[in-house]
Formats: sequence, C-alpha cells, structure tokens
Amino acid sequence: MSSSMYDARPAGADDPFEQTPLGDAADEGASEGRVFTVSGSDWDVVGSSDPDSHIGEERIVVNMGPQHPSTHGVLRLILEMEGETVTETRLGIGYLHTGIEKNAEYRNWTQGVTFVTRMDYLAPFFNEAAYVLGVERLLGISDQIPERANVIRVMLMELNRVSSHLVCLATGGMELGALTVMTIGFRERELILDIFEAVTGLRMNHAYFRPGGVAQDLPSGATELIRRNVDLVRSRLHEYEDLCNENYIFKKRTVGVGYLDLTGCMALGITGPILRATGLPHDLRKSQPYCGYETYDFDVATWDTSDAYGRFRIRLEEMKQSLRIVDQCLERLAPGPVMVEDKKIAWPAQLALGGDGLGNSLDHIRHIMGESMEALIHHFKLVTEGFRVPPGQVYTAIESPRGELGCHLVSDGGTRPYRVHFRDPSFTNLQSAPAMTEGGQVADVIAAVASIDPVMGGVDR
Amino acid sequence: MNDTASLLADDPWWLIAFKAVCVFGFLVVITLFNIVFERRVVARMQHRIGPNRHGPFGSLQSLADGVKLAFKEDLTPSTADKVVFFLAPVISTAPAFLAFAVIPFGPEVSIFGERTTLQLADFPVGVLYVLAIASVGIYGIVLAGWSSGSTYPLLGGLRSSAQMISYEVAMGLSFVAVFLVAGSMSTSQIVAEQSDWWYGVILFPSFAIYLVAMVGETNRAPFDLPEAEGELVGGFHTEYSSLKFALFFLAEYINMVNVSALATTLFLGGWRAPWPISLWDGANEGWWPLLWWIAKVVILIFVFVWLRGTLPRLRYDQFMKLGWKGLIPVSLAWIVLLATVLTVRRETDIDTRTLLFTFAGILVVGLLLSFVWDAVAARKEATKLEVRTAPRQRDAFSGGFPVPPLPGQSLDEPARQPAHSGAAAPDAGTTGPDTAQEGDRG
Repeated sequence: MSSSMYDARPAGADDPFEQTPLGDAADEGASEGRVFTVSGSDWDVVGSSDPDSHIGEERIVVNMGPQHPSTHGVLRLILEMEGETVTETRLGIGYLHTGIEKNAEYRNWTQGVTFVTRMDYLAPFFNEAAYVLGVERLLGISDQIPERANVIRVMLMELNRVSSHLVCLATGGMELGALTVMTIGFRERELILDIFEAVTGLRMNHAYFRPGGVAQDLPSGATELIRRNVDLVRSRLHEYEDLCNENYIFKKRTVGVGYLDLTGCMALGITGPILRATGLPHDLRKSQPYCGYETYDFDVATWDTSDAYGRFRIRLEEMKQSLRIVDQCLERLAPGPVMVEDKKIAWPAQLALGGDGLGNSLDHIRHIMGESMEALIHHFKLVTEGFRVPPGQVYTAIESPRGELGCHLVSDGGTRPYRVHFRDPSFTNLQSAPAMTEGGQVADVIAAVASIDPVMGGVDR
Repeated sequence: MNDTASLLADDPWWLIAFKAVCVFGFLVVITLFNIVFERRVVARMQHRIGPNRHGPFGSLQSLADGVKLAFKEDLTPSTADKVVFFLAPVISTAPAFLAFAVIPFGPEVSIFGERTTLQLADFPVGVLYVLAIASVGIYGIVLAGWSSGSTYPLLGGLRSSAQMISYEVAMGLSFVAVFLVAGSMSTSQIVAEQSDWWYGVILFPSFAIYLVAMVGETNRAPFDLPEAEGELVGGFHTEYSSLKFALFFLAEYINMVNVSALATTLFLGGWRAPWPISLWDGANEGWWPLLWWIAKVVILIFVFVWLRGTLPRLRYDQFMKLGWKGLIPVSLAWIVLLATVLTVRRETDIDTRTLLFTFAGILVVGLLLSFVWDAVAARKEATKLEVRTAPRQRDAFSGGFPVPPLPGQSLDEPARQPAHSGAAAPDAGTTGPDTAQEGDRG
C-alpha cells in the first residue's frame, strides 16, 4: 500500500526537505538519521516525502472536528494514530471566537453583563457572577449588596451548576454510546431551565446579575416552582447512578481513562472536578468564599482515582450538594431589596410584565416623564452613559462547574471597562487533553475529553 | 433427504418464485416495521414519545424516511474508488436477503392447492450456508471503508472486519453444539428435533454465546464500533449518502432479522408454539406457526432495542478481548463437555441421571474452588491496597512539580538548601536565568 501511495512523488530537485548527507551528519555528531527542515505545517508534504521511514506508512493523522459529533461545540482535535493508538494529540481552538472581551470595552459596565453571559453558555450565571463581583469590588460596594440579592445569586448559580453538570453527563454518556443517559440528562436540565425562564425570562444568556444586585426580584410563584422542580430533579438523580455507577461497560470505558494526577493538575493549572478527582478538596466556595458561601452547609466532593470515572462521580455528588444549597437558599429568602440603595449605581429600570412582554414599568415611566425632572435626568445619564468606576484593577475568582472562573477587570475611571479578561476554566483545563489521551485509544480520547467537559464558548470567548 | 426436503423438491417453479417474492417482501416490510418499532420502543425507554405523525402510531415513518433518503443528493468523494464505492452497498445488501432462503417459517401447508412447507429451500448444510453468506456481507462493509478514501471510513472498515470475523468464530462454535445434538445441519431438521425441548434450554451456554455474538455480528449497540458515531462519525458509511446509504441501512436491519430468525430456528424451536400454547393440539399445524415464529423474532428484535437503550459502547480492544478470551474459550470448553457427555451416553450404559449428577458435582466443586480463589485474591488485593494508601508524609516535589498536601497528609518539607551549595550560587545575580534554574532544581 505504502509504495504505491507514497512513492509516487519523484525524489527530484524540488524536494522540500534538505537532506543532510550521512557523512556530513556523522561529522557533526547528528546520528539520529535524516534531518528535516520544515516550515509551515503542510502535512501532505510531511506524510508523503519520506519513503524510508515509517512516517506516512503507519501513522494516520485524523482531524477530528471542528464539526464532529463528539467534540463539544467546535473543538478540533488533531490526532496522530498508529492503528487505534493515539501517539499525539493536538488541539485546535478559536472556531468560536466572538471578541467578547474586546467588545466589552466599548459598552458601559452594566452592559458588560450581557456580553459575558454568552461566554460559557452552559454556565451563564457564573460568568455574570464573576464579572459583577469584580465590578462591585472596584466600586467598593461589595458589602452593600442586599442579602436577598446574594441569596438569589447563590441559588441561581447552584441551579446552574446542576444544569451544567447534567449537560456534561448527558453529552458524555452520548459519546460513550449510552443514549438513555443523554435523554434523561436533558430531561432534568429542562426542569432547571424552566426555573431560569420563570426568573429571568430567558433559558440562557440571562444578563440577570447586575453590578449592585440582580435585574429584578423573583416573580410571584417562583419559589414554589423552584421547590417543585428541585424536588423532581432530586428524586430522579438516582437514575444516573443506577445506569452508570456499576455499569460494567461504563466502568470499563472510564476507569483509568484520562488519567491526570495531582502533579499534572498543578503543573497545568487544572481546577474543578478534574482536580478534585485527584483527591484534593480545592473549591473556591470553601477556600475563598464569595456571595456568602461560607454560611451555607455543603461538602466538597472528591474522588481518589484521577480518572474519568472519578470525575463522573464527583459531578453526580456535586449536583446533590448544589441542590442542598438551593434548599438552604429557599429557606433564607426573606423579602427585601435586590439592588443596592445607591441610586447612582442601581440600574434605574423598574421592570414589569406588560401586555407586550417584560419592560419598564408604567409607574416608573410616569414618574420620570411626568413627575420628577431629576429622576428623568438620573435615568438618562445612567442608561446612556452609565456609572463611573474608580480606576484600579481587580481579579475575582469563583468556582464554576468547570473550575476556577476568574475575571480580571481594569478600570481607568471611566464609564466603560479599560480591559475585561476572563480566566475560563474550560480553556485552562483543555490543555490537559494531550496529557490525558496520548498513548491511549481513539475511544479513550472521546471519554477523556468528555470528562474535561470543555465549553468552546468559554474557551474561545 | 428428509421429509421437508422431498416436499420442497416437488414445488412447481411458480410456487418457488412466489415464495421468493414473499420472502423478499417480508424482509422489506419487517425492516420498515423494525425501524418504527425500534424508534418507538427506545423512545419509551428514554421517556420520549417517538415518531407518531405519519400513519397510525407513526407506522409509516420509515416509509417517509426511505423516500426522503432516495431523493437526497448522491455524493461520491473525489478520492473514492468509484467502482468499489458503488459496489460496496450492493455487496452488503444482497447477502442479507439471500440468507433468509433456508429459514423455515412454518410446517406443511397448502398454497393454491399445492402441498408444501413454509420454507424457500432446504439444504443438508443450511446453517453453514447462512454463515457463508453472512461472511460475504462483511466484504461490503470492508470495501465501503476502504473505497471511501477517507480516514474515518477506513478505521470503521478495519474495525468491522476484525469484529465480524472474530464474532463469526464465536457464532460458529455456538452452532456446533446444536449440530452435535440435532445430528444435522439442515434448518428444518433442527426445528423438527426441538419438538420436546428447545435447544435454547438444554444448550443454554451455546444460546447465551450466540446471543452475544449475534449483537456483535450485526454491529449493534453496545458493539456498534464500526459506526461509533461518537468516535468515527459514521464509520464505514461516513461518506455515503442517498440510496447507497439507504442500502447499508437496509442491510443492517435485515441482518438483525437474519440473526434473530437464526436464533429462533436453532435455539427457540423455530416455528413451534411456546409452552402454554403448545398444549393446544392445533398450535403446530397450518398457518398458526407463522405467527409464533414472527412473535419470537420480534421479541429478539426487542432485545436488540433494549440493549441499545441501556448500554454504552465498548472500546475496541475490550470488545475483541470479550470475543477471543471470553466467548471462544467458553464455547470450546462447552463443546468438549457436551461431546464427552454424548459419547459416554452412547458408548456406555451409564444412565443420564448419574451422568448429570456427576457433572453437577464437578460444577459445584469448580464453583467452590473459584470462590476460594476469589477470597484469596481479595485478601491479596487488600494487602496490596494497604501498601498503596497514601503515606501520611508527602514529598511535595516527588512528582517533579510542587503540589499541596492531600487531606490528612502533611508536607515533608525538603531541607532548604544552603545558598552556596549551588554551582554558581554566590554570583547568582549576575549569571542570568540559566544558573538560577539550576539552583531551583538542585
């Protein structure tokens, strides 16, 4: 096969490789054999030009993605394989780059929320939270956030953690061929998205957290809906355990696959379930609490196998713990404001449900248009220009479903951010893919990448 | 020549043609049924409703899908080997239809006044014919993978050739027990021999092995590696579209019916009525057996769907291991055991009861031994685990990169090295980064 396919190119003058004659090479002490000088990455040339060695004969380069059923979103995996064994894994990213960070520099601080919620689209509330916590710290109003706003934030983040983990388990199951895990995963996620829709009006891209609080209070009936759906989700969580925990094939596919120990995690900056699967109980909700997490009662799930199976079990346990926190939030929800008192920061919109959907309340419009000139000026200034943020920079980090989600904000004192940068855990965790997959089989690559749970919206931003 | 064969030999040509058309029609119709059946059943298992728009209970869904497939654009990749690319789906589909010729649907009936049996042909080596034909079908898949000129199909084709060849061995071995007991390879003869006991009961190990092998043979979940959509997109049929793809689809579903029909014939009494119904005298006469036969086949198809709704996919090497190190050795041991029993029974006058008790005794002793073995192994494992549990002290640098201590561990702080122990430590400020790194490592 090889001779017919690869010998076709005549070893002529236009050989792109400078081949050092053996004698010279020996003189210079280079005894490895042929020396290649390749610029660019033309794989056809590399594959076809070396009839002597095994390159091109046994090695297959498989380009998995960006359109592939199992690469989450538009991840591109470039695998070099010998038979079924993967010898080298490289990652191609950037297919979902949307320029969110740059765009945010051209909108005011409040509008930034609308951008960042679209980054890691499976965990929108976490993106919003990291951003607004940063803005609030720059403003110096972290202590003034009303209790109710904090409880709502924690509750929505924990529900979001459940919905994000459900997608991870569902798509991971599908990639391993367990289709029922997928359908039940999306079934439960739907219940949680119903809650989001009732609270924020949208199933994703909520833009619900705002610097200073949240956009609006919970609608009437929301707590009952949350309680009902949370109970339903909790009663069904055992189905994942029943289907997978002791499933012989599932364990065969995940135990010992995608191994990355503590040292590897530390060297690569890996956080989240991958790190906790090594046994290290690192969770920013415990070690560096925000939004009042120190007052909630929950455990950090760990596992000691450092493999895909451990990550699966950790996600299962984290969902239970998240629902536990949601229960505590529901108990704590006391009536009160959901936005800071300072009218120079609080977004002036008083949202209400009208005949044509959610919008400014008629009362508020009457107030600014007919009753108070000052109110109108305030409204106009805040909405068109926004509030000013004192110069400085801040790094806030929260524990997203995938690990440490950090937000680095720089302000030059204006009404817009000077720089918005996110440390997205998907991006950092993704670099562990070669360490996890090289030397394994193609099927293991799929299982390992599924256990990393990268979201390309977050990776590329 | 047995009764069935002589009866079939009398068939006039028009009856043979009629039967052939009926078998073909049956296969096409049951494929349409199976697709809807599978989608509806798996939907139920996954808390969905499934297709329910076209026809009663969505029964015309697969017809609509088939028409849609036929009207799709037929693409041929520029790197494909055009002739083989075109032939592969045909090679895959034709044998699937052929295998059904020797399956007995029912006993002697009268068709248009002609006495015959519900079977197209009856060879003395009918089952071997099925095996041979099934092997030809594999060529279609291998050639499809090779001729597409693309990586995923190539890998899928390789996988499927290895998979089907290995599982054909296990499948063939599971038949050997049936041949030994029935004393024939003719399908009608095997069904006739099962009038008292189904071979699925008395040859249960063979039946179990066949059930696993038949799922592997048809590339169905959890053994659907050649078309593992999570890994190889579509496997061998990634580059196929339109009617060529439809042919592969058809072949897969017909093969499901084929192996189910073979299981019914060899292990589940063929067209014979199952136990409570068999008490009725007329159950095994006339056209009724056709109903029992179809019911058995549909139940086996249900098992296929059930597996798909439950299990993840195995990895390629694990799947091969199951075949070569699991099914084939077990099959061989079972055949040896069975042959011994049969020979002892024929050659000596030890009665069956004594023989059964002897083997039961050997089995019990074997089980006990395996329990003891397990217990010993578990104790060994436990001692190993104790050794393996993490030490209380941990050298943070043992892995080459500093790590924090795990819960319950304390850091084994390395003694801080004196500043002058490094090679160039005294003038570290002036020697640049290289030396500084040296110092860090030391």
